[in-house]
Amino acid sequence: MSPVAGRGREVRTSQPHNALGPVGAPRLLAGLDSAITTVGLDQHLERWGRLPALGSASILDELDRSGLRGHGGAWFPVGTKWRSVKRSVTKRPVIVANGAEGEPASGKDRLLLDGLPHLVLDGATVAASALGASRVIVHVPAARIPAIRSAVEERRRFGLDSVDTEIVEAPDRFLAGQESAAVNTINNRNPGRPSFTGTRTVREWGVGARPTLVQNVETLAHVALIARFGSDWFRRVGTPESPGTALLTVTGLWPQPRIIEAPLGLPLQQVLGLSTEDAGIFQGLLLGGYGGGWVPMAEAMVMPLTEEAAREHGSSIGPGVVALLPSQVCSLSEVSRVVSYLESQAAGQCGPCVNGLAGLDHSMETLAFHPSSLRGGTSRILAHCDLIEGRGACRHPDGVTRFVRSALRVFSDHVASHLHRGPCRSRIGPCLPIPTVRRTVRQGRETK
Amino acid sequence: MSRRRIELIVDPIACDGHGVCAELLPEAIWMDPWGFPVIETADIPAHLIGHARRAAESCPRLALTLVERNT
Ligand code: SF4
Ligand code: SF4
Repeated sequence: MSPVAGRGREVRTSQPHNALGPVGAPRLLAGLDSAITTVGLDQHLERWGRLPALGSASILDELDRSGLRGHGGAWFPVGTKWRSVKRSVTKRPVIVANGAEGEPASGKDRLLLDGLPHLVLDGATVAASALGASRVIVHVPAARIPAIRSAVEERRRFGLDSVDTEIVEAPDRFLAGQESAAVNTINNRNPGRPSFTGTRTVREWGVGARPTLVQNVETLAHVALIARFGSDWFRRVGTPESPGTALLTVTGLWPQPRIIEAPLGLPLQQVLGLSTEDAGIFQGLLLGGYGGGWVPMAEAMVMPLTEEAAREHGSSIGPGVVALLPSQVCSLSEVSRVVSYLESQAAGQCGPCVNGLAGLDHSMETLAFHPSSLRGGTSRILAHCDLIEGRGACRHPDGVTRFVRSALRVFSDHVASHLHRGPCRSRIGPCLPIPTVRRTVRQGRETK
Repeated sequence: MSRRRIELIVDPIACDGHGVCAELLPEAIWMDPWGFPVIETADIPAHLIGHARRAAESCPRLALTLVERNT
């Protein structure tokens, strides 16, 4: 097992996790065994071979047939996205391999960038040739740059890619990886903050005003394998709507968070290798990270790991975050801490988001620590959520309300107990990971 | 059947809550408790299109846009 350093805590790469059973053979992580921290170009080519030379049309068809969806959080069909970037005939597009990974509970992009950079870069190469791109940009946090830079240099020496790869540092912010925020960072205009894209998204008007494909690094790694083995191979695992495997960062189950590769469609209980008895020590499961939603433990255990099932439960697989909350922890104080963090990460640009999240942060903090002063109870919090949703330039406020709504639903007993008996005395926790935050000042100016 | 839809969208980054729009088009826009416009009916009915256009033109921040969509 190879520890991968990052975010102040150790993240372990999973061995082919025995809970996955016979269908759970890893695909992306197959090359990453215990003794290896970075798979170099030689090893990479030895394992996977060179990318086949495929024409643009056949790659796009293969992607459509594969049913691959974006693993950065949105689960948007990849073939459809690539075609919409390709629509422009007057400008050559730009490919952005997005590994900004602002989500504090996620570590899979980091693992891929440090451990399997060539799989990611292969995917970017496939995108560049399919879309006729003139630039390829890898957008990653500062800590990931050394590994990706040496991988890019290896490929240069080998003359592997026809378009040279640039590297742009992503700021350490929750929203750094949001599509328009990534484009703003690369354009060096309002870096790390989203734009209002209205009727014209970055797919038409992105980096340098060119059509831009911003694609998560895990998605690109899947593309690298689909280009080699085809869509039928890809679909051998997963469900018709959610095919293939997904990388998950699992927090709360083992002493340290771990990254596993799970076949989509498998019930979460099997994915996590939990016995029913073990499941009983948790009060809820957060799926999709801090813009995702809580699912009651009993439902989560039988829920198949698919985006459809997640959405039916008011959640999403999002960037593949799974966090389990032990029963003895005060769920509301955990939720409050996360909401405060999310509020601090709002880009301070839109009135409804700035005011709405500040109000929500205050209510959730009151519910957690001074419930007797909460006016209007939870119905007022829910009305507040109604008022915020769909009104930002980006989906950040909607993610926060999904997180809050699901928490109020899943932890309703605990909410009642706070309202009737007062706050918890439990000193266990904090459990959910939150980075130390540089506070931002409203109106978008940052103080150090 | 495809029909033309006129939608009103607000750019929340540009908008600073003057409220001119709600004044000119109260049928479709109201102001939230923080002083920012809520577009109640994104799909603007034909008889209000003139008012909607005036609201968009009067926004001091050019934050309101009328977009045509075929549905
Ligand atoms: S909705 Fe919030 S986070 Fe998104 S751009 Fe506006 S202020 Fe920033
Ligand atoms: S007039 Fe323009 S700036 Fe004023 S509230 Fe309406 S949209 Fe916002």
